[in-house]
This record gives sequence, structure tokens and C-alpha cells, in this order.
Amino acid sequence: MQSFLDSLIAQGYFAGVPTEVVYAGGMVVFGLIVVLGFILNVAGVTTFVERRVWARIHSRVGPNRVGPQGILQWLVDGIKLLMKEDIVPAEADPRLFRLAPYVVVMGFVTTFVVIPFSSALVIADMNVGVLYLTAVTALVVVGILMAGWASNNKWSLIGGIRSAAQIVSYEIPAGLSIFPIVLITGTLSFQSIIQQQGWAPHTWFVFHSPFTFVAFFILFTSALAEGNRTPFDLPEAESELVAGFVTEYSGARYLFFFLVEWGNLYVIGALVSALFLGGWQVPPVTDNLVVLNVLQFVTFFVKSYFWVLVSMWIRATLPRVRVDQLMTTCWKYLVPISFINLIGQAALMVALPHGSRLLQAAMTLLGAAILAYFFYRVVFHLRRARPELTFSPLS
Amino acid sequence: MRKRTYVGNIVSTAATIFDGLAVTFSHFVRKPFTVQYPDRTEVRVQDTLPFRYRGILEVDLEICTGCLACERACPIDCIVIDSKKDPQTKAMVLTRFDIDLAKCMYCGLCSEPCPTGSIHHTPEFEGADYSLESLVRRFVKEPVIAYKPKKGPEDDPQIKPLLDRGLRYVEEFAQPEGATPAAADESA
Repeated sequence: MQSFLDSLIAQGYFAGVPTEVVYAGGMVVFGLIVVLGFILNVAGVTTFVERRVWARIHSRVGPNRVGPQGILQWLVDGIKLLMKEDIVPAEADPRLFRLAPYVVVMGFVTTFVVIPFSSALVIADMNVGVLYLTAVTALVVVGILMAGWASNNKWSLIGGIRSAAQIVSYEIPAGLSIFPIVLITGTLSFQSIIQQQGWAPHTWFVFHSPFTFVAFFILFTSALAEGNRTPFDLPEAESELVAGFVTEYSGARYLFFFLVEWGNLYVIGALVSALFLGGWQVPPVTDNLVVLNVLQFVTFFVKSYFWVLVSMWIRATLPRVRVDQLMTTCWKYLVPISFINLIGQAALMVALPHGSRLLQAAMTLLGAAILAYFFYRVVFHLRRARPELTFSPLS
Repeated sequence: MRKRTYVGNIVSTAATIFDGLAVTFSHFVRKPFTVQYPDRTEVRVQDTLPFRYRGILEVDLEICTGCLACERACPIDCIVIDSKKDPQTKAMVLTRFDIDLAKCMYCGLCSEPCPTGSIHHTPEFEGADYSLESLVRRFVKEPVIAYKPKKGPEDDPQIKPLLDRGLRYVEEFAQPEGATPAAADESA
């Protein structure tokens, strides 16, 4: 982005304007483009897709009346929420109460600064990109705690405290399972991490060694927990806490919390696909830079959105865990395993400084075998029930 | 049951989540069971209901004899019938036949004693409306002459199908479709 602005300045478009002002204006414009053109739409469409996917897993149809196949449902829901009255409870702390959603949205939107959509399409390729992403997502905790505290409501407070405990705990396995990748690549920049992978699955870091393979699943699990996503959605457990920290919110502020919840799914997908699944790498099919970047963007989007779909699928499968189970999973299982992982990967790199083709091939075959066994099990369940099948996503 | 060891817990977690995901994925490709009432059903739901389904009441005034049997049978008096004798022709004339559907409890007691099956339930069940007044069905728009049963078989081509349908409706009360005579006796 900076190079683009530099080239515009060099061509004399902003004669007489200080460079800093041009940069600031550029940031605002790019921010608006990304937020309005991408984040809002992705998060909104995800709510609709989630309802449809979830419904199909329940043998239902889901929303299909607003627009063709219900595709405009998310717009209608959003407009309805925007129209509603914005209530601040009388006993609440009004300033913190009003501020909290913006802090949460800030922690979420700023992650898009480092998300590498393609080799050229990235707002800022920071040399500490991975660290930056884990750091700004922690800002969400502050907002959630603010919301829980300022609502002056016991449900909200318990929801906020639970969320803080959960996110702080799961930051550790998430961070520790990113480290093996950092060890391999020697960099924290998303673009260089992706450049060291290839387009073919066996060159992805998830199949690099057994340790990265485990780290991938730990990272995905912890990312789900950090995004307050089922099966770790304790902060907003409906059966116990009404809606957790969003209990007292209504209208647009409520919308912000849910924008973050669904938008975060995409960030989770983008994170795991950039670190472990080759990011935007495409086969070298064309020399045209624009076409190549479009292909890369599509590849990255499909990879990221696949994990959004997986998290919907997990939501439809697993029940919510208890608080003690949540903490047991993190501190007794994920943290020790990710430490062992990190040490194992370091030891492996001492033994094989340049990686091993054999190990990569073996891990790729293992992944393929797991996938094949998975589909064998799916067919097994289908054979047993003999249901009427349909593969059309339409209704 | 597997012994609850550290590694055993990890293995059972992974295995159960794996198979759980396989089960839900197998549901993902199944056909939804949803019936998209009211506008996206293959046939109208009303057409799939049995002949004697107790929906909204209807009166075929062409074959109504004006005997008031239904009015007397109604346990909540939601049927009101007014009739008078035409001074010239000495024929019975119906001047009012109102059914208050807001009161009707769909018991079917009115259609049982009807000699011609004129008052009967229809399979129509969508009766929602904006006011109670509009739920009162006024069947007599202008006074009509009551039907007089003929000695022989009915020959008017306009009335014959109505009467056939009505008599079948009444008969099926005594002998429900699919029920054996013995079973009918037992229940009586």
C-alpha cells in the first residue's frame, strides 16, 4: 500500500500536500474500502451461510425467502438491528458501555492489516505480522471485559470474566503452536512464511513434520476458543448466562459484537491457511500480474472460507464444554502438548536442518489417509441409514 | 470402556470428534425434511386431508331443508337460522343462516343430524382474520326457498352432485371409512 502511494506521489498527484497527510488519507481510504467492501460483507454473508449450513446438517432448509435462496437475509437482519433502539441500562456505566463494542470491533478489524490476501494485496506486510495479529486480537478481551463490567449485570459480568479467562488461557497454546512455523521459516512476516511454502499440499507446513501437523490442530482449536466459538462459547452460553456480555446490548452495538463473532471466523481461517496451508500460493500458470493476483486472492479466500465452513460444521457437531473442562483442555492437554511440539520441532531441526522430503511425503500420505478414512466413515453412516440424498445447496 | 489415562483421553477425544464429524457430514448431504407450508408444497395441504376432516364449516344452501337440526345440535349456539313461510306459495324461506366461526369448536355435532349433508366441514383450515366480526359467515345473502326432498331420486343436474356428496358425508359418520362394522358397534 505504501509503495502504491509512493508511486502516486512520484507521479505528482498530491503536489504541495505533506507526505504524512497523504499517508493518513490513504490509510483512511484503504480502511474504508477493506471494512465496507470486504469485512462487512464477509461477516454478513457468513451469518447467512452458517444458518443454511447448520440447517442442512439438521435436515432443515434454513432461511430461503429474502431474495434468491435467501441470500439477502443478512442485509435484512442487519438493517433490522440498526433500526432498533439503542438502550443503555439506567444502572450501567454509560461511557464504558458505549465504548466497549468499538474496542471489540477495533481488535477485530485491525487484524486485517496483516492478512495476506495475495502476493501484492496486503495492507502492510509487517516483519512482526504474526506477533501483531496475536497482539491485536487480545484487544477483544478488553472490550468484552468492558462490556461485561459496564452492563452492571451478573450474567454479563460472568460472561465477560469467563471470556477473559478463556482467551488469556488459550493465547498460550495458540502462540506456542505458531512457534514451530516461526522456527522453520525464521520470520514473523506472513508474506515470507507463505513464500516458503508451495502450492502443492506436500509443501505446506501442515505436512512439514508430525509436530507441525499436531500444531495445526492445536492452533485451530485454540483459535476457536479465542473467537468464543462453539464448543467453547461459554461466555455467551444461552442456557446459563442468557447472552453473556451482550445481554444488555441492543441495536447497532449488539450488531457490532456479532460482526466480530462471525468476522473472527474468517480471521481464524485466514490465519491457519496462511501459516499452515500455503496461503495464496498458486501453480505458476500465468505471468500476468493482475490475473495472478486475482487467482491468488481466490485461492486464499477459498482456503480461509473452507475453515469457516469447518467451524460451522463443528458447531453443529460438538456440545458446549463445561468451564472446568475448558480449563482442563487448555492447561492439562493443549499447553503441555504444544510445548512438547515446540521442543520436538526444534530437535527435529537440529537433526534435519533442511527438513526431510521423506517426512513430508509420509505426513501428506497420513493426511490423505485420514481424509479417506473420514469419507469411508461418512459413507458407512449413509449406508446404514439409507436416506434420500441431495447434493444441491439450493432448496 | 477405555481406561481413563492421559493418552487414552486424548485418543478417545480425537476418535469421538472424528466420528461425530462423520455423522454430521453424512447428515449434511441428506435431503431436508422441511415442508415449506404454505406456498412451496407439492400439492395444497388442504387437498391431502381426508374427506371427513373437520375444518371450517360450510353450508350448501341449495340442499338445506331448514329443519334447524344443526342449530339445536350445536352445543355452543354458534349457528343461527331464521326462516319464515312465504304467504303466497306456502314454501319455507330461509332468511338467515349465520355461523360464528370464532365460537365454533369444530366438534362436528351439527353435520351429524343434517338429513341432506348440507352443513358440513371442509378441509379448509386457514381461517385467520383481522376482526371477530368477519369470522361470522353469513350464508344467506337474500332469502332462499328451502330444499324439499323428493319422493324419488333427485333429477336436477345442479342439485344431484351436491346431494350425493352430502349423503356420502352423512353416511360416513355412521360408517367411517376403513372401519369394520364390528369395530363401529364396539365404539357405540
